Amino acid sequence: MTDENPSAEKTQEPLLAVRDLVIEFRSRGEVNRAVDGISFAVNKGETLAVVGESGSGKSVTAMSLTRLLPEEPVCRVTGAVLFDGKNLVACSNRAIRRYRGREIAYIFQEPATSLNPVFTIGNQLAEAIKLHRPDVKDVRAEIIRALDLVQIRDPEKRFKDYPHQLSGGMQQRVMIAMALVCHPRLLVADEPTTALDVTIQAQIMDLMRDIRRRMSMSIILITHNFGIVSGFADKVIVMFRGKIVEAGPTDTILSNPRHAYTKALIACIPRLGEQQRRLTTIDYAELEKSQST
Amino acid sequence: MKTVIARRLIALIPMLLGITFMATMLMHLAPGDFLDQVRMQRDADPEYIERLEREFGLDNPWYVQYFLWLKNVVPWDLRSDFGYSFHYKVDVWELLGQRLPATILLSVTSLAFAWVIAIPLGVLAAIYKDSIFDRISSILAYAALSIPEFFLALLALFFAARTGLFPLGGFTSTEFEFMSPVRRFFDVAHHLILPTIVVGIGSIASIMRIMRANFIDNIRSEYVTTARAKGVPEGIVMFRHVFRNAINPLITAAGFAFSSIVSGALMVEIVMNYPGIGHMIFHAILQQDQFVVLGALVMSSTMLILGNLLADIALAWNDPRIRYD
Repeated sequence: MTDENPSAEKTQEPLLAVRDLVIEFRSRGEVNRAVDGISFAVNKGETLAVVGESGSGKSVTAMSLTRLLPEEPVCRVTGAVLFDGKNLVACSNRAIRRYRGREIAYIFQEPATSLNPVFTIGNQLAEAIKLHRPDVKDVRAEIIRALDLVQIRDPEKRFKDYPHQLSGGMQQRVMIAMALVCHPRLLVADEPTTALDVTIQAQIMDLMRDIRRRMSMSIILITHNFGIVSGFADKVIVMFRGKIVEAGPTDTILSNPRHAYTKALIACIPRLGEQQRRLTTIDYAELEKSQST
Repeated sequence: MKTVIARRLIALIPMLLGITFMATMLMHLAPGDFLDQVRMQRDADPEYIERLEREFGLDNPWYVQYFLWLKNVVPWDLRSDFGYSFHYKVDVWELLGQRLPATILLSVTSLAFAWVIAIPLGVLAAIYKDSIFDRISSILAYAALSIPEFFLALLALFFAARTGLFPLGGFTSTEFEFMSPVRRFFDVAHHLILPTIVVGIGSIASIMRIMRANFIDNIRSEYVTTARAKGVPEGIVMFRHVFRNAINPLITAAGFAFSSIVSGALMVEIVMNYPGIGHMIFHAILQQDQFVVLGALVMSSTMLILGNLLADIALAWNDPRIRYD
């Protein structure tokens, strides 16, 4: 489990520290608090899983790290996102672009729509390289190396393909290659396997494990699926309705969940060989009762 | 792609047959023919009229006339004969050759004018959605759409007459024949400015609104978030990533616009006395100058197909997902 990641040291300054993050959306005078004062930290080389259902605020949290959310009147972010000691919430638009892609890179849920359909994948990878690594002379060779890293066969040929010519799994590999091409220190994977079918999911998780070992970067894995957390993440935070309800090392949380919501989420993982006739669902009325007591 | 082009061109043949057949039928449903004007002259020699009828095949039933026309048009001996204009007393082919360049020129310039104004406005209105700029440009666009073309043409003529900055119609000046090539170019351009604006203004509104709607749709796409997350500056996200995706429907629209301008510019051609093909068709129909009508129909239908074909080729070039084979 966590022994795959020997570089995780608890004593050093964390790579990313989020403090009292509050995210509010406004529409027609109504304020909707999506994230309500959460704090967490990711150390160098560490993998953090953020688990929660749709609407729990996990994706919004991920987007807020490099300010990818809509601007002020629509969305308001307060608190601090400290990356390497610098507060990204407060820095200028120009400054934040030096972090996007170069220091913090993203992989999104839907590879099919996350790649621009009218440009070749080589072209889209080249854009990232030219932006953040202007010293690279042979951009083409660099792209082919990146495609090779994510185990795409015949990178010299695939290089000229358009996104629609690739399968979903291949598209997600391209997204990963694009995220890694500038050697970011933090990779944010927002539900990277949700849109893929199960066998491809396993391949992509294996690939991410392999890449983490080679590049020794920190990862934030956002998911609703506790099943892919075990064996991948060092730490877990569980989010429910914009708040962190439970946080701790992966093994502890999986073996001994404290919060009723965490228990419910873990109970939802279907297990092989189990005599279960129906899939478990979460009973929110029950959950609220247990939370208030 | 080559097979697609070939297929489209072959499809043109049955379409042209259908259109010309219908047109001949419709013209014969209307009472009388071109020679009625001659017949109305009391001193007209009946023998002379009979001779004319025989010469033009007017003594046959209309469907026989149609096939006679067809026989002459189809280039069996490598030359098509589109017939003879009763009214202008010249070969139809020659007549079209005189009028067509003016119309094509006007349609190209007015389309270019509309695009150059409407595309940036639509993009800006989308980026600054709901801003004052967005609202004002929408109001102006709808205002432009609501003004009838003939009224705009009259306004333009009034402006030209009052200021003397522009010619009052026509395609060239009277002394055109004696000009150097450079002066000729400027002379034609000078005559084109007002008709171009008048024809173009009407389509600005729709192009702008289509562009705005598509752009807004595309700004919300996930690939935009990906591009931003890569650290791409906002301006490049908009004009490189979003623009290429948002322009597609307009390429298709341009293909239709190219063909509809033949008839669409009719009002402007008449009011501004611009010697285009719309003007000519209008008079030919009034005079029942049937061979001119048929020739012009063949011409404008071909333009419709070619315009759409060009648009489809441009579309495939812009969007790699589009394949026709």
